[in-house]
Amino acid sequence: MYMHKIIIFVTLLVSTQLAIAQESRFGVPATQADIDKSFWSVFPDGEFLPDGEGNVAEGRELFEYNCNICHNFPDENDPVKNEIGKLFGVEDKRGKANLDQTIGSYWPYSTTVFNYIRRAMPLVAPMSLTNSEYYSLTAYLLHENGIIAEDDVMNKDTLPKVEMPNKDGFVNAYPEVPEKYLAKP
Amino acid sequence: MSKNKNSLIIDTTNHAAKGGLLNRRLFLSSAIATTAALATTRAAHSQEIVGEGQDDWTLYPGSDALEYSNRSRFEVDSVKRLIPNDSQEFLDLRLTKYVARTPLDHLLGTITPNGLHFERSHQGIPDIDPDKHFLVIHGKVKNPLKFDISALENYPTVSRNYYMECSGNSAVLFDETPTDQSLQEIHGLLSGSEWTGVLLSTLLDECGISPDAKWIIAEGADNGMMTRSIPLDKALDDAMIAIRQNGERIRPSQGYPMRLLNPGFEGNTSVKWLRSIYLSDRPVMSVQETAKYTDMMPDDKALQFTLEQDVKSIITRPSSAMSLKKKGVYEITGLAWSGKGKIARVEVSVDGGNTWADTALEGPIHSKMLTRFRIPWMWEGSSAILQSRAIDEFGRRQPSRKELLDARGTNGIYHYHAIHSWDVAPNGEIKHVYA
Ligand code: HEC
Repeated sequence: MYMHKIIIFVTLLVSTQLAIAQESRFGVPATQADIDKSFWSVFPDGEFLPDGEGNVAEGRELFEYNCNICHNFPDENDPVKNEIGKLFGVEDKRGKANLDQTIGSYWPYSTTVFNYIRRAMPLVAPMSLTNSEYYSLTAYLLHENGIIAEDDVMNKDTLPKVEMPNKDGFVNAYPEVPEKYLAKP
Repeated sequence: MSKNKNSLIIDTTNHAAKGGLLNRRLFLSSAIATTAALATTRAAHSQEIVGEGQDDWTLYPGSDALEYSNRSRFEVDSVKRLIPNDSQEFLDLRLTKYVARTPLDHLLGTITPNGLHFERSHQGIPDIDPDKHFLVIHGKVKNPLKFDISALENYPTVSRNYYMECSGNSAVLFDETPTDQSLQEIHGLLSGSEWTGVLLSTLLDECGISPDAKWIIAEGADNGMMTRSIPLDKALDDAMIAIRQNGERIRPSQGYPMRLLNPGFEGNTSVKWLRSIYLSDRPVMSVQETAKYTDMMPDDKALQFTLEQDVKSIITRPSSAMSLKKKGVYEITGLAWSGKGKIARVEVSVDGGNTWADTALEGPIHSKMLTRFRIPWMWEGSSAILQSRAIDEFGRRQPSRKELLDARGTNGIYHYHAIHSWDVAPNGEIKHVYA
């Protein structure tokens, strides 16, 4: 009888604790469609790059219609457009992001170009082009920065293999900034 | 009308450092002496209406209670002035005004009113319908899960005070010539709030973290889908999904309906309008952690993932937007913060850093939150250079400008945290200088 009571008590205790644990879990399973809508990242080794293919010539044409209103062509020098984002023709990597640093002088990974322009450009209507068109624009930007040849084709296999001039230009500062860059009060 | 004048009696001979800095306790402990009340002069004539001489707001009923209240119509100066030096041609191409700074000179205490919290977006502030928004956590987890705002509101929430500072705050101080910008323009990408939300560790635990996960990749639902990689140890330490700011739902400009909040990390990592968290074994190398938010060093290497912010302080009063009208006792006050923990001590100098005095810190002191310091100062009408320097609980001291530039040079634009100087001229005018 006494044992019986203890068992009932323990069962009650366990089940209320279970109930509490269950109660504070409110996530519901995410579907592939949820993930596809929300996740657009592409990694430096090419993981998550989509199918499709693009080339420099098409990229140049796309640039004229979709980008040139805000960004200069390599042979232009409109100061306002330079301030919005200078995309070509800078050798020195010191200076301000957008204005003094470019894909050719500063960016360490080629996949970042595709990853960024697909999600964010053209500023008026990001994601308004096809994956192949974004590959073409990426090819054009890499070519005009002196990184790939005019007839190189960009797709999910070739893009991650492109080596960027400043790939060794970065030092990890997490969790600690390296000693030599610490201000010494 | 009689005037009962309360005057603070301060012993102006109790010096704590040169230049008139007084003992920090003087304001706090001095007795309040009340001058004897004068005999009433209120009209006692029986023929006059009794309200003669009163103001309209005393004589007439006021306005209605409001559903959402506004500030006084006289408080027109306390606003977030938008970036002043962009040309119209630039703004036309930029499409949105992308930055607004907190008027620190108009605020006291440590909490920024929600409407005055600084705003920084890259491609504008989205107008998100909360019923159509969700956060999905996926990648290296056992169960990919999604959470909408009503799910998040069901969890036991935590409320904590944290500062938020853009990594580009004070960037103009890397310039060789001192700027003539105001406190708000120089340092206004800084605010403090009580944030309420669910600890990210709670949600990650529910999804089941795979052993090889090392980073989280956070993406927003805004135009441009802001993306940052954050180390998993931070996510498990004190990162939260914030849904409320100072009690109410966070504002659209702060990430409505939900944002990531990484206390003490550079502001950009606290991804607003948060929609996806992907658990990964490596960072994604998004544009905002390679092309931007990296710090070019004197040896032409760039620091990447400079996430935790340094110890820093600024004097907010007196400061550039005001001038001292007459000699006398002033309170010097300002804000100090550290991305690592609590502020332990703040010192102030009025002689350009030759002598320093301890200030009084206003408690409770929260970790990774603004702490207000104050000290009385007797201004004799001569020129002075006001500076503050903070030390955190780990003994990290805010460097001088020279010490910072010796280590990091002037090729960067992010993470400026050196001692800041205000010059007070004999005529009482205040401006920013390098000292
Ligand atoms: C309406 C103006 C506008 C248009 C059109 C536009 N951009 Fe941009 N672009 C911007 C702005 C503004 C930025 C800076 C965004 C920021 O600060 O986050 C930018 C940034 C960039 C950058 C990063 C620059 C750097 O050095 O960090 C690249 C690359 C880029 N744009 C490519 C493109 C491409 C490719 C197109 C055409 C498909 C395009 N843009 C169309 C306004 C525009």
